[in-house]
Amino acid sequence: MMVATTDKKHALQSKKFGLWIGLGSITMMFVALTSAYIVRRSAGNWLEFKLPNMFFISTVVILISSMALELSYRAYNAHKEHVYKLWLFIALGLGLLFCLTQYWGWQQLYEIGVPLNGNPAGSFIYAISGLHVAHVVGGIMAILMAIYHAMSLPFFVSDERKNRFKMVLHYWHFVDILWIYLLLFFLVFR
Amino acid sequence: MAHTTEIKDAADVLIEEYGVDDHFHDHHEGDKYQSNFLMTYVFSMDHKIIAKQFLITGMFWAFIGAAMSVIFRLQLGFPESDMAWLQPILGKWIEVNDAGIGILSQEFYYALVTMHGTIIVFFVLTAGLSGTFSNLLIPLQVGTRDMASPFLNMLSYWFFFLAGLVMFLSLFVSTGPFSGGWVAYPPLSALSQASSGSGVGMDLWLLSLVFFVVSVLLGGINYVTTVLNLRTKGMTMWRLPLTIWAFLITAIIGILSFPVLVSGFFLLMFDRMLDTSFYLSEIFIGGQALDHVGGSPILYQHLFWFLGHPEVYIIILPAMGIVSEVLSVHSRKPIFGYRAMVFSILAIAFLSFLVWAHHMFMSGINPFISMIFTLFTLVIAVPSAVKVFNWIATLYKGNVRFNSASLFAIGFVSLFISGGLTGIFLGNSAIDIQMHDTYFVVAHFHIVMGIAAFFGMFAGIYHWFPKMYGRFMNETVGKIHFWITMIGAYAIFWPMHYIGIAGVPRRYYSFSNFDTFSQFAEMNKFITIAAIVVFVAQLFFVANFFYSIWKGKKQRVKNPWGATTLEWTTPIVPGHGNWPDKLPAVHRWSYDYGKGGEEFISQIQPVEDWEKEYDDH
Repeated sequence: MMVATTDKKHALQSKKFGLWIGLGSITMMFVALTSAYIVRRSAGNWLEFKLPNMFFISTVVILISSMALELSYRAYNAHKEHVYKLWLFIALGLGLLFCLTQYWGWQQLYEIGVPLNGNPAGSFIYAISGLHVAHVVGGIMAILMAIYHAMSLPFFVSDERKNRFKMVLHYWHFVDILWIYLLLFFLVFR
Repeated sequence: MAHTTEIKDAADVLIEEYGVDDHFHDHHEGDKYQSNFLMTYVFSMDHKIIAKQFLITGMFWAFIGAAMSVIFRLQLGFPESDMAWLQPILGKWIEVNDAGIGILSQEFYYALVTMHGTIIVFFVLTAGLSGTFSNLLIPLQVGTRDMASPFLNMLSYWFFFLAGLVMFLSLFVSTGPFSGGWVAYPPLSALSQASSGSGVGMDLWLLSLVFFVVSVLLGGINYVTTVLNLRTKGMTMWRLPLTIWAFLITAIIGILSFPVLVSGFFLLMFDRMLDTSFYLSEIFIGGQALDHVGGSPILYQHLFWFLGHPEVYIIILPAMGIVSEVLSVHSRKPIFGYRAMVFSILAIAFLSFLVWAHHMFMSGINPFISMIFTLFTLVIAVPSAVKVFNWIATLYKGNVRFNSASLFAIGFVSLFISGGLTGIFLGNSAIDIQMHDTYFVVAHFHIVMGIAAFFGMFAGIYHWFPKMYGRFMNETVGKIHFWITMIGAYAIFWPMHYIGIAGVPRRYYSFSNFDTFSQFAEMNKFITIAAIVVFVAQLFFVANFFYSIWKGKKQRVKNPWGATTLEWTTPIVPGHGNWPDKLPAVHRWSYDYGKGGEEFISQIQPVEDWEKEYDDH
């Protein structure tokens, strides 16, 4: 990207700063949805049901995936090329698996009689977890970009590449933490 | 650019001596952006060009939005008259009856009202105002080469453009654009069979606004990052001009509130397309019961107004910032109570998130909750009054230059007071029982955030036009524009307070069938005539604007207004990177006017010994 500021370090910092502001805005979106959930729930006529087991499996999957990307980042910093690439691919695979387990979770929900267009209690689960998956897909795109860079560029460690990787990493941890928040929220406010 | 070779003036000398050398010329990649016409003027990443793109697109939308209001005002002022002459533009929306008299279609009347609101609120006063001036002024006034990410900045404009394009297309679909009000409450917005505009029109409306939110967020992230990270040496937060404070806080409000609107839209899309019942419950339509059960339309209102109220501050804060700067420069005095101004911006921003339910007093929310929202709403009057006091105190005993820019800034203060006072009525949930959804509300918000924000925008355009184009706008036409607009705006909205108190409801197509309201027919006529006059006056402005771009009086000196801020230390027409060589370093706050007999002292001037006794800035 062509940045008119020539102070490179400063420019890198400000990109990460921008990402964090973006994460703040995504957070607001989910805060709004979960508050809407609470408001609607307190109005009564609310269906109670157990969360699908798949949601717990997907939680484990995304946690490991987050860890994998972290390990990949550390390997990159430690100049371990192969370990870095390996964990990068594992993180991607687990990210994809997360989306799949979420889908299976929705199928389980449907099977126990909680369809998308039934009581809002169920619709909220589909809508909120669906929007979260959309953000995970964004993260998967970012990891794909990282893989593309890892495979096409010759291996070397630079501030710019570190920073780029760090931004992917932060985003990926963010969607991970966001999912844990959502899961706990669904468990507490049933 | 040719202008970079001009003779060195005092500012150049100061920048050369004290400025920051960031090795601008060692990096040639930056110059690639302006290699050809397409890259220079269309897909530009230069913040100054992007600002002009926002401004001119905003002007286009302002024309459409205002023209729509003239058409529905014709309907309200002259309900029986023949509108067949509008048929070439509006086509089938003018229904010609057997007697040959053209009548405005009732469906289309609602579409016009809806589109007028959507266009003016979002496209003109959000994108056109904060998009233009944040882009133009943030890099120039904080002293940096460009935005933190020029690429995202470019995307921000093009998402806005796309939003506009989709909205524009929706005007031409055969079922008409969305017609359920700019707030898009369900069920009118959730059920495609609810009205003719609720189908394709609403789909396009939603799509357009989602693009718009993307644009606002990309822009906002850039503005905040730039202000917080890329200020030049010596530019502490307490030395920022109030414009920058206003743009910064505006961007933060946008980043926090627009996502909530998206959440509301997201659930609305589920209701529209996937048959869920977030907002819908027990509805009969065309005699048929729908199977939606358990939803709550009030939920949408909460989500909408959680954006919707901060949105009015997103509109008015940039105008306030511009007015503070313009008033100070043209009264040749420091802004009165600089820190109080900053703290009131912060207070307004904070409170703006706690008052949304005052838009919903009559929607069946708990009266005890209304009490709390009444309280917070009235508290907003405090920082607002502080600002008004400070503007007046800035003008007091000032050596005021009455030019187009300062007249519009003074007009802003007048309008903000008039409109703000009626806000105290409406903020009370008890009084709102009588006033809600009447013309009193229409008068209130048009004066306090509609016209006032336009005045802020005009003040900004007249003031910074030389910075944008290196020429001045014509002063005589500017003053004619001001006086007609000022008197005309009051002529339009003042009478609306009376008919509002009398209970005339807003959004009605015609009052001819109501005996209670027929006494206001003449007043409605008067309002319509005033609206047409004001509309024509804006054409003067548009003509002046475009004429002056090419033929206006040339700017000969860098700092024609004698201002202290950094944007006036660049070359007259700044090239890419704004400053040709070093970046200016800042030594003082932005309001050193009339200090120790000096008319003004630029921010790049180092502090001298004699000044020590004067202040603590």
